[in-house]
Amino acid sequence: MSEHKIPSMADMMAQGKTPDVLFWVGCAGSFDDRAKKITKAFARILLQAGVNVAILGKEESCTGDPAKRAGNEFLFQMQAMTNIEVLNGYDIKKIVTTCPHCFNTLKNEYPALGGNYEVMHHTQYLRELLETGKLKIEGGKLKGKRITFHDPCYLGRANGEYEAPRKLIETIEAEFVEMRRCKSKGLCCGAGGAQMFKEPEKGNKDINIERTEEALETKPEIIAAACPFCNTMMSDGIKNQEKEDSVKVYDLAELVEMAGNLS
Amino acid sequence: MMNFGIANIIFIAALGTAIFIFARNVGKIRRNIMLGKDINRSDNKAERWKTMGRVAMGQSKMVTRPIAGFFHIVIYVGFVLINIEVLEILIDGIFGTHRVLASPLGAIYTSAINFFEVLAVLVILACVVFLWRRNVRVIPRFRKDEMKGWPTKDGNYILIIEIVLMVALLGMNASEANMEAAVAGPYLVSQYLAPIFNGFSQEGLHTAERIFWWGHILGILAFLNYLPFSKHFHIILAFPNTWYANLNPKGAFKNNDTVTKEVKMMMDPNADPYAAPADGGGEPERFGAKDVTDLDWTNIMNAYACTECGRCTAECPANQTGKKLSPRKIMMDVRDRAEVVGANIDENNGTFKDDGKSLLDDHITREELWACTTCNACVEACPVLIDPLDIIMKMRQYMVMEESSAAQELNLMMTNVENNGAPWQFSQADRANWADEL
Repeated sequence: MSEHKIPSMADMMAQGKTPDVLFWVGCAGSFDDRAKKITKAFARILLQAGVNVAILGKEESCTGDPAKRAGNEFLFQMQAMTNIEVLNGYDIKKIVTTCPHCFNTLKNEYPALGGNYEVMHHTQYLRELLETGKLKIEGGKLKGKRITFHDPCYLGRANGEYEAPRKLIETIEAEFVEMRRCKSKGLCCGAGGAQMFKEPEKGNKDINIERTEEALETKPEIIAAACPFCNTMMSDGIKNQEKEDSVKVYDLAELVEMAGNLS
Repeated sequence: MMNFGIANIIFIAALGTAIFIFARNVGKIRRNIMLGKDINRSDNKAERWKTMGRVAMGQSKMVTRPIAGFFHIVIYVGFVLINIEVLEILIDGIFGTHRVLASPLGAIYTSAINFFEVLAVLVILACVVFLWRRNVRVIPRFRKDEMKGWPTKDGNYILIIEIVLMVALLGMNASEANMEAAVAGPYLVSQYLAPIFNGFSQEGLHTAERIFWWGHILGILAFLNYLPFSKHFHIILAFPNTWYANLNPKGAFKNNDTVTKEVKMMMDPNADPYAAPADGGGEPERFGAKDVTDLDWTNIMNAYACTECGRCTAECPANQTGKKLSPRKIMMDVRDRAEVVGANIDENNGTFKDDGKSLLDDHITREELWACTTCNACVEACPVLIDPLDIIMKMRQYMVMEESSAAQELNLMMTNVENNGAPWQFSQADRANWADEL
């Protein structure tokens, strides 16, 4: 469906247009097969809601978050300054992203290096679309589904956003059940701090297993995530517990799309 | 009635000595904190006062664990209020008066002492509960590896000393109650203890009262001088520690300014890479932290403010899954190393003599540092806003930027970011391929 295709900034600029918001896709969202589904779901929602949106496409590069958390401040700042040059070159004012790590870095660590933007996580943006009526959920296909939510560290504790994801779950009329450790006490999925890219240190358990077990205690049909890395960790955990037939891990963008019968 | 004598001279000497030694040791801690690098944490003063009021004075983060929180507030309030009575003890001790405030305050005095006695009982109760939690029904966070030996003893000593001080206070009032020359009382709680002294002669009662009085005040002065060597120093540093806390969102890791300068120069097409640095050169600054002197002073203050409660460690996902990392141990190690460096400076006439050791490896292992997921659970958990994560990040920076000693998989990830703009080996040109599948 070519009419649904999301334009790149370069295309927009060539046509003399300016988007209202830039969708920062992130590396996982661009390349990881599971995360790409989230990217597409969110993109379809944006287009459905008539949002004037663009992506950087080939001009997007890693925010530098994994390098920074691994301790490579040098590489991080190189990435940041290169990205800031691109973003400022296009005079970007507002960014939305499906990755809490990109969200945190763009929002909190770019300003000191000359990149000042209004940055939103996609759960915040979806909440806004629903509240302003630009997006309507009809059908309520997920009504009554038992859903628990795993707080991403870089959305929750790092930036104090606990409500937007919960508001979305409320909107899709699911049966929401909190895990024992939630919100500011939510347990990490184990992927943060560049752990995604290395083997864990020696211990007696993997963190994602600990978290998945806790999620399963709530007897959910769906575990809602809001981060591509949490999604991977929880999905792996579900497979490890051999529950992949009865419990699914979905991003909130996917749930909103499914509930609203948008696609 | 003033009765100045040899006892008062002894009292003044004891008081003066206690204050002098305490001030000297606090000065050393201050010097150790200042071993850290300068960082400006004096902006936004209004917000800082509010934070201190809420978190330190208001104990807002203590109550997230209700049982410990409640009993801690009892001890905290008891400590602050009962110390008002110490004011009278000081006046009496210096001038040879006896309960100098009793007759000017009259009924108010009796009510105040009654109130202090109730607090004293509650403090004793709270201390017993805490001793029980630490030694009988052991809370797991009190039995982690880093708590073995001195830290466990330290915790118990503090609670026992507090009980002894409160008993001395009650005993002082109880022995006074039976005296013919009693200036005040009997009091709410100690009247029930008074029968203990029933067979005592007037002289015996007077001696008992003096023993409790001296025991109480000398105990307080000794306790004061115990603080600089104990985790209990938190009762002082909790306040500045919350005032100077990081006010930014927890996810905002500070950008390393030294690196910013380098990167800006690299990216400036007009920069002359061979030009002498504008600040005249000298030893280039180390990236990240290998030793306590590479940390900011706030990191070291954090370490001295830590009371080793272990809430950080209890919340740490790495620690919960059996990894070596314990955020509390990070803080204890920083304090230990700062003490070693400080003692070294004292022994070498004010300059640090290289001891061939450092915070990294000799105190904190690499395995601990690499186990961190940077999830901020430890930062969130701390009742006095200590930030172990900031120290972990600075030490990772040292390992990666100065030593290139990260794990192979991480180096691969970083190479990919550098070459492809993504942590995996995909071409940047393919970034928007997903859009064709819409």
